[in-house]
Amino acid sequence: MTATAGTASFSLSAAASVRTDREPSPPVRPKGAAPWQDLLFERATMFFALFVLLTLLGIIGALAWAAAPAFQKFGFGFFVTNVWNPVTMDFGALAPIYGTVVTSAIALLIGVPVSFGIALFLTEMCPPVLKRPLGTAVELLAAIPSIIYGMWGLFVFAPVFGDYVQPALTRVFGNLWILGPLFQGAPNGIGVLSAGVILSIMVIPFIASVMRDVFEIVPPVLKESAYGIGATTWEVVWNVVLPYTKVGVIGGIMLGLGRALGETMAVTFVIGNAYRISAALFEPGNSIASALANEFNEAADPVHRASLIALGLVLFLLTFVVLACSRLLLAQLARGEGRKT
Amino acid sequence: MNSIYRKRLFVNRLNLVMSFGTMVFGMTFLLWILWVLFANGFSALSPTLFTQTTPPPGSAGGLANAIYGSVLIVLVATFISTPIGILAGIYLAEYGKDGWVARLTRFVNDILLSAPSIVIGLFVYTIYVMQVGHFSGWAGSFALALIAIPVVVRTTENMLHLVPSSLREAAVALGAPMWKVILQVTLKAVRGGVVTGILLAVARMSGETAPLLFTALNNQFWSTNMDAPMANLPVVIFQFAMSPFEDWKSLAWGAALLITLTVLVINILARTVFRQSTAR
Repeated sequence: MTATAGTASFSLSAAASVRTDREPSPPVRPKGAAPWQDLLFERATMFFALFVLLTLLGIIGALAWAAAPAFQKFGFGFFVTNVWNPVTMDFGALAPIYGTVVTSAIALLIGVPVSFGIALFLTEMCPPVLKRPLGTAVELLAAIPSIIYGMWGLFVFAPVFGDYVQPALTRVFGNLWILGPLFQGAPNGIGVLSAGVILSIMVIPFIASVMRDVFEIVPPVLKESAYGIGATTWEVVWNVVLPYTKVGVIGGIMLGLGRALGETMAVTFVIGNAYRISAALFEPGNSIASALANEFNEAADPVHRASLIALGLVLFLLTFVVLACSRLLLAQLARGEGRKT
Repeated sequence: MNSIYRKRLFVNRLNLVMSFGTMVFGMTFLLWILWVLFANGFSALSPTLFTQTTPPPGSAGGLANAIYGSVLIVLVATFISTPIGILAGIYLAEYGKDGWVARLTRFVNDILLSAPSIVIGLFVYTIYVMQVGHFSGWAGSFALALIAIPVVVRTTENMLHLVPSSLREAAVALGAPMWKVILQVTLKAVRGGVVTGILLAVARMSGETAPLLFTALNNQFWSTNMDAPMANLPVVIFQFAMSPFEDWKSLAWGAALLITLTVLVINILARTVFRQSTAR
């Protein structure tokens, strides 16, 4: 009986709200009138939404707890020591952190200009018929599993890169005073630079599709005005489209960076698995993710295992900060979008 | 034609040509990878791939146990993540809206969407594998489910936002309680889009290797026990590709082809068959 009354008053109030304020918002049930099924359903959906929230806290909490033995033993020195010796039980995270940062930096250095070019091509130059297929093709690069990149990188890309590209790089840049030391080392295709190049191909689809999407929200009237006063396509993109969307573009780049930092399998195959810090980019190295993939299952000692989990925690916090910045920037652009147009 | 004008035209042409070049660059790598994969993968395909289990070093064999394990782990992960993801998505779109809980959840969900998958594996290792003391298929499914949930949440929420409010109002005016409105009217209206989200999540899970390394591990033998280490294609690829044995490498290429074909077919299915209600 009470349920029927509740439903009746609910639909009436809904109809009233539609008639008076004409707001296209869904009807809201007055508090206290909900039958128990509704309450149960709402609580159930809320429970699972909170579950997503708690997953994040759980990840940080569980990893911090499991990494505690390493932090207790090494203290803050864990982050700044360049040593990784399972025999003497001495661990420091500096080399993997360095490898992660350097490979991601290389990935962005190549990936960002290429993604910009692809986004420019797709939004300004591409014939409309090809827009969809080419856009999908770029997104397919993201659909290929990371382990396939790894196999291709190890068996196909690394030999080609080592035989042709690396010697050429040494010849051209090897004697310059600041770039010279970077392009040194055994040109066998395995190393930090190869990992960076493969990462750059993997982040291109993410950065390019964000750039394309934000380029497309630029109001046509802005571009038309620029074309109207005689600007070339490039001038329109560089002086109108890019300044208008710069927040979103940076957000997209951060998204790509977040991907690059945590990428595991592709890097593991080609980086060479060596704990060392060297300016020479052809030398093997290690990223946090590749160290985990290579060593975790062989780590029998609790301190070794805790040190690896500590590496994982560092990686998670690093990507968390980068991805959070990316989301905040993209959200800022989405808010501005409604205001400006 | 003065020199400034000529310079502007030149800069324009140069940059447009370079832009075209970057597109060619991207497509070259896509075709190169696919070509290598098909060339090596198809020569490794044979009926024994599906009938025999993974061999010891130096002998021939197949991938039957790994295929079975992969399908089972992904299937269980899909059954875990779909209800959780859809319900959480419903909360964000229908109840939470702009409240702080929903805003925070949305933000966290977006971060989890791109969080490093190896850390998810590490997380499941610390809270499950370490507690029960052994690797297992269940742990692998849990890790994959955690990767799939954000994908399902995101697409469900986006799809529900497409439903016009008049549809909800019509259902409510007929006297339907909110939970019925949501499940039988709103959600039904965007069924296709939600299924697309689930398919994309399945595609993502099928290719993930890193989270399985520390959870499901691998198993050389035929095993249907989810509570024991379980063979699966990605980890088999990782172990076999890194090995010095030709037989193993060839099997790794075969497995790589199977995974990529699965992922690509699911992606294309999701984009074509179930597209009608996702069109923006």
